[in-house]
Amino acid sequence: MKSLIIQFPGSNRDRDMIAAIDKISGTSATLVWHKETKLPKADLIVIPGGFSYGDYLRAGAIAARSPIIEEIRKAADDGVLILGVCNGFQILTEAGLLPGGLMRNASLKFVCKNVELTISSTKNSFTRRYKKGQTITCPVAHHDGNYFADKKTMQAIKDNDQIAFRYANGTNPNGSIDDIAGVLNKQKNVLGLMPHPENFIEADHGGSDGRPLFEGLLEAVK
Amino acid sequence: MSTYSEPKITPELIESHGLNSEEYDKILSLIERTPNFTELGIFSAMWNEHCSYKSSKKWLKTLPTTGECVIMGPGENAGVVDIGDGQAVVFKMESHNHPSFIEPYQGAATGVGGILRDVFTMGARPVAAMNALRFGEPQDHKTQHLVSGVVSGVGGYGNCFGVPVVGGEVEFDPRYNTNNLVNAFAAGIVDTDAIFYSEAKGIGLPVVYLGAKTGRDGVGGATMASAEFDNDIEEKRPTVQVGDPFTEKRLMEATLELMATGAVVAIQDMGAAGLTCSAVEMGAKGGLGITLDLDNVPVREENMIPYEMMLSESQERMLMVLHPEKEAQARAVFEKWELDFATVGITTDTLRFSIIWQGKEVANLPIRELGDEAPEYDRDWIATIVDEEPKRDLPQTDIADVMLELVGTPNLCSRRWIWEQYDTLIQGNSLQLPGGDAGVIRVDGHKSKALAFSSDVTPRYCNADPFEGAKQAVAECWRNISATGATPLACSDNLNFGNPEKPEIMGQLVGAIKGIGQACRELGFPIVSGNVSLYNETNGIGILPTPTIAGVGLLQDKSKMAKIAFAEENQQIILIGAPKNWGSHLSQSRFLEEIHGDKNGPPPPVNLGQEKANGEFIRALIGANLTQTVHDCSDGGLGIALAEMAMAANMGATISQPPGNDIASAFFGEDQGRYVVCVDKDQLQNIMELAQKSGIFSLHIGTSGGETLKLGNARAISVKQLKQRHEGWFPKYMAT
Repeated sequence: MKSLIIQFPGSNRDRDMIAAIDKISGTSATLVWHKETKLPKADLIVIPGGFSYGDYLRAGAIAARSPIIEEIRKAADDGVLILGVCNGFQILTEAGLLPGGLMRNASLKFVCKNVELTISSTKNSFTRRYKKGQTITCPVAHHDGNYFADKKTMQAIKDNDQIAFRYANGTNPNGSIDDIAGVLNKQKNVLGLMPHPENFIEADHGGSDGRPLFEGLLEAVK
Repeated sequence: MSTYSEPKITPELIESHGLNSEEYDKILSLIERTPNFTELGIFSAMWNEHCSYKSSKKWLKTLPTTGECVIMGPGENAGVVDIGDGQAVVFKMESHNHPSFIEPYQGAATGVGGILRDVFTMGARPVAAMNALRFGEPQDHKTQHLVSGVVSGVGGYGNCFGVPVVGGEVEFDPRYNTNNLVNAFAAGIVDTDAIFYSEAKGIGLPVVYLGAKTGRDGVGGATMASAEFDNDIEEKRPTVQVGDPFTEKRLMEATLELMATGAVVAIQDMGAAGLTCSAVEMGAKGGLGITLDLDNVPVREENMIPYEMMLSESQERMLMVLHPEKEAQARAVFEKWELDFATVGITTDTLRFSIIWQGKEVANLPIRELGDEAPEYDRDWIATIVDEEPKRDLPQTDIADVMLELVGTPNLCSRRWIWEQYDTLIQGNSLQLPGGDAGVIRVDGHKSKALAFSSDVTPRYCNADPFEGAKQAVAECWRNISATGATPLACSDNLNFGNPEKPEIMGQLVGAIKGIGQACRELGFPIVSGNVSLYNETNGIGILPTPTIAGVGLLQDKSKMAKIAFAEENQQIILIGAPKNWGSHLSQSRFLEEIHGDKNGPPPPVNLGQEKANGEFIRALIGANLTQTVHDCSDGGLGIALAEMAMAANMGATISQPPGNDIASAFFGEDQGRYVVCVDKDQLQNIMELAQKSGIFSLHIGTSGGETLKLGNARAISVKQLKQRHEGWFPKYMAT
């Protein structure tokens, strides 16, 4: 699997993502500096967690306007798989590559803990290794994960089966509408999610429910 | 060009710089003329308590700072300890108390920033952080605001920077009402052949300024931190710095990238007293002079005068001496990360610290004397009088009621509300999160090694007896690390005290340092870094003496690691290390304080020989895979230890009735050196015999399992109810 990890100056879970991809796929991902204007050919592009440009105003807003996003947009149009985790999810919504937006957590506080997730859709390259309706555990670590979309968008993403993950069993940590934790684009080749599957892939993490996401991607790009 | 005339040097101006007449006379004799305003500022920055350790140096020298694993002890940005395989752990704990009271968010945030910078300045990528926080009593009108601000500040900085918080402490006491404490710890990992130091080498080399621009923030901060507070404290807000973790993160990446190019000769971060302290340190250590041209310093405010530039404590800045032939390469790295890079000076052979501004020399001082000749005081001190053990006739209490009460008190309840606001998982190596005995992380890239971290002190013990209390702080840190199975390597001391000019406060400091020294020596746990924060007083009321000890341990094989949660039903529970009656020492216990309002008597003594033997025995048990469940007994004694083990596991236990009539002492006495250990039934006999052979006191006290915790003849308490009480207080307090 040829993976690219986009590195913004404030990315801070880039190394976690490289480690997860390496451990699960046996391939080393390539870091791509945010100022690059050409992307190498790849199966998967990941925008990792962090605070891309400090994110003192709206998380991901500045990153979404950086030149590399245009390259990612082109790759998305070409059907390349694109995964945005946490800050990556925020950037993808800010860039309009995913519907809706992410607001400050309802508690107004940063939250880091394990939550439960229901797999709401499996007909895509990201969650194909899970069972629909399955409940998994996964950590979150964010200040701005409160997903929101207007009525029309909500209807559309439901009708088109774009909701990939929902917080389950009352563990919604941020006030997201309809407990949404992760959404896909219409074509299902772009996924954004707030939880960190890369931090939950082995016994040392207390569980490995994040692993099937990467295994599914591996399978999909074969 | 600005019109600028320097203020005249008057006695009032000298006094406002925190220099007494004796110190000023010393300056006069050193430089053989009257200093100008800039020079006075530089002296005050270097000679204040915070930077010069003038009250504590005499006593700090007595601490053990060497050991087999010690690569670098105190004196550099952080201590360095060998962990094998060509790697070392770099760590330090530092206070940011005064700023955190004046402006809790920024004060705490920049405390975290400062300590992270100390670690990566030495070439180490930070891998773990802790914070020890102390606040006034919950009902004090400022406490909630301070808790909220400090916690957001710690989180806001560390979460963005990207280092996991693995542990810490939070405590409330009225003695911190007007002086809260923020002690921040950070650790990083470095290859032993790539450690960077601050000693400048070579004449005529460029001195380069890196990172953020210089503003007026924090001017005089170190001097502020070297004085007592009074009612005019609000006026000091401008002396608090403002943190920018995004810049810090870039500064780290750029610094580490630059170090890899081989361009760096010496490096020093700009912390307290900013440009002054960092330049003097590099020059003085290397036996060189330094000339700085302030016109090249990147500034973010207009019309800054030399005095302000030299004393600014703007954050996220570094000073380096570079190999000139690599200057262009170095510049490219910093430009990539969009940070300032400016050659601001040169190393010289003059041993003078010379400052040029607008083409003129505005300061010229002897560089070594600024550091080495700083005043050192042998302040008067009076040893603390330790109370005799009082005779008590305590009314009988219901053990179950007491237990439910204690787990929900501000000082014993869960700190989840706090640590869930910190990123504890980033970097993907966290093995034990806050809430256990010690935080544990994997050594990235190694197949089996892990590091354990703990921060400890019991200030009420130190208040009652600084010597025994400080011994206890070291012992508890060592014990918490041992309880995970890790071998304690070394520690950092962060000494927080009141005004050292008062003999009784100085007596606390002296007693505590003696206690730390003795414990560190006997446990083989050297001090490799640290910090002293004095003058934690407001209107004459000082804090509880608080010598925080933050230690690091090495676990060779992470598969042999213990946690505090009961692991299985029907395991046998053994109390290790109690010499008599399960528990016996009630004076200074949480039980007496909370249930009977009694704060009298001496703290529990620490028998260091026994402590060491007990800890080694525990580590041997864990190492032999005979136990995966260990918890030390500390605040709240055996009873609270058992409750914490039950709550962490959602599993109860049945404990036998202690012998004798003094059941409260058995369950809530705070005798030291004790661990609760769970073992399989078929191993019980074997382990009890092993203990006996090793001269370790051990007692089989119960069995794990069920949904209730039953302590002797007391009624069974559901673990669920315990947990509700334990988890309830903090969120409720913060929501009101």
